[in-house]
Amino acid sequence: MIEVKNVGKSYDGNPVLERLNVTVAEGEFVTLVGASGCGKSTFLKMLLGTESPTSGELLLDGKPIASEPGPDRGIVFQQYSVFPHMTVLENVMAAVGFAQRGLTGYLFGSKRKQARQEAEAILTEVGLGHALKKYPHELSGGMKQRLAIAQALLGKPRILLLDEPFGALDPGIRADMHELVLRLWQEHKLTIFMVTHDIKEGFHLGTRLWVFDKVRHDPHAPQAYGATITYDLPIDHRARQPAPQTTEQTIAPLLAEAAS
Amino acid sequence: MKRLINLTPPPASRLFLGLLPFALLLLLYVIASDARLAENANDKLLPAFSQMGEAIDRMALEPSKRTGEYLFWQDTASSLKRLGLGVLIAAAIGLALGLFTGALPLVHAGVSPLLTVVSLIPPLAILPVLFILFGLGEASKVILIAIGITPFIARDLQRRTQEIPSEQLVKAQTLGANTSQIMVRVLLPQLMPKLIDAVRLSLGAGWLFLIAAEAIAATDGLGYRIFLVRRYMSMDVILPYVAWITLLAFLFDWLLATLSRRLFPWNAQGAH
Repeated sequence: MIEVKNVGKSYDGNPVLERLNVTVAEGEFVTLVGASGCGKSTFLKMLLGTESPTSGELLLDGKPIASEPGPDRGIVFQQYSVFPHMTVLENVMAAVGFAQRGLTGYLFGSKRKQARQEAEAILTEVGLGHALKKYPHELSGGMKQRLAIAQALLGKPRILLLDEPFGALDPGIRADMHELVLRLWQEHKLTIFMVTHDIKEGFHLGTRLWVFDKVRHDPHAPQAYGATITYDLPIDHRARQPAPQTTEQTIAPLLAEAAS
Repeated sequence: MKRLINLTPPPASRLFLGLLPFALLLLLYVIASDARLAENANDKLLPAFSQMGEAIDRMALEPSKRTGEYLFWQDTASSLKRLGLGVLIAAAIGLALGLFTGALPLVHAGVSPLLTVVSLIPPLAILPVLFILFGLGEASKVILIAIGITPFIARDLQRRTQEIPSEQLVKAQTLGANTSQIMVRVLLPQLMPKLIDAVRLSLGAGWLFLIAAEAIAATDGLGYRIFLVRRYMSMDVILPYVAWITLLAFLFDWLLATLSRRLFPWNAQGAH
C-alpha cells in the first residue's frame, strides 16, 4: 500500500533522513524507534503531509502522498490533539461534521442525531462513555488520548499515525492504552505507524519494528549524513505476546548490538 | 523569620490591607479640604463632600433650568453610547482582521504590514482629519474610538490565532475539515474569550479617546461636562464625575470578566 522509494529529507542542506527504501502492506502495525533527532518523527510528518520529501518518492497506492493532511491519514499527537473548547461528545461529533461539505461543519436535524449516536458508540468503545459532557482540561492524560483516538477513528482513516501518543502517560495507564490500540487496530482494520521512545512498547505493539539510525558518520562534520532505517524487524506476535519477559530477552541483544 | 517573598497576608488582613490606602487617601483629602475651607469658606479647589453631594444633587436629580434634562444622566447616556458603539465596531473589525490575518498566511502577507503601520499612527493626531471628514457630530467621536483601538485588538487577536497549537489545525484537516470549517469551528470559538480580554485591555484607551473627543467638540457627555465646568473651577462637579467614570470603567471590566468566565468555562486558568 505504501512505497518509500529512495526518500531523503534535509533542512537547509543538512540531511535528516536519507536513502529510505521500504514497502508497507495494508494492515501492518509499524513501530518506529530510534534516538531523539534521528528523523522518525520527520518520517511520520511526511506520511501526514505536513512535510515533503526533498528527494525520492513517497507513494500511497502508487500515487504520491498529498502534501497536506487529509482524511485518509488520521493522527494522534502526544498532546494538543483535541479541541479544548468542545466537550468530549462535541469533539467527536465535530469529526463527523468535518467529514461533510459545507462552510461551518455544524450538523443539524437527523444528521446531528446520527452523528451523536455514532460518537456515543465510539466513545463507549474507548471507555469514555461516562465523560461525554466534560471538557478536555477536566480529563486525565490517558482519557485525553482516548478521546484523541476516538476522534481520529470517526474520521475513518485507512492509516493511523501515532506520534509518541503515550509518552506522557503513567506505566499502568500506558498498558491499558496498548490493549485499546491493539483492539481498535484489529476491529477497524487499520494500518498503523507509531513513533515511540520506548523500544519495549515498539516490540509489544508492532508487527514490524523499524530502528532509525545513522549508518555513515563523518567525525569532522556530524551533520553531513542523515539517518535511515537500520533494522526492519518483523515481529511474530503469537510467539511473543503471552510472555512479556521474552520481549526483554529479545531486546537485550539488540540494544547491545546498537550500542557497539 | 521567613523570607519576605514567602510572607502572605491572611485573608482577613488582605482585605484590610487593600482598603487601607483608600481610607488614607480619603482621610488626607478630608483634612486638607477642611483646612482650606476653614481659611476661606469660598475655596473651590478642595470642596467638602457635602458640597460635592449638592452638586450631584443639582446635576442628577433636578432637571436643568435651560434644557429641562437631567444633565448627569444625559451626559452618561451620550458618553456610553459613543464608547459602546466605538468599542463594538473596533471589536468586530479587530476580530475579523485578527482571525483572517492569523489563520491565512496569504492574507497575513498582504494586510499585516499595513496594520502595523496604521497601529503606529497616534489616533489623536488624526482627530482633526476626522472632524473635517465627518463633521463635529457623533460619527467622528465614534470613529476616533474605533480607529484608536481597532489596531490593538486586531494585532492581539492575530497573535492569539497564531498561538493556537498547529496540532489542532492538522487534526481538523485529517478529519476532512476545509479552511472555513477550521476557521468557524476551531479558531473562532477559541478567539472569543481572547476578544473579551482584548476589549477589557483596550477600554482604558477607549475612555481616553472618548473624553478627548468630547472635550474638543461636543454638546454633552461626561468629558464635555468636565471640561466645561473647568472654566468655573467647579471641582465639586469634576471630582464626582471622575469618580463616576472610574466606577463605570470598573463595572464594565468586572462585567466582561464575569461574562467570559460564564460563557467559556473551558478557558479556565491552565486549561489546554
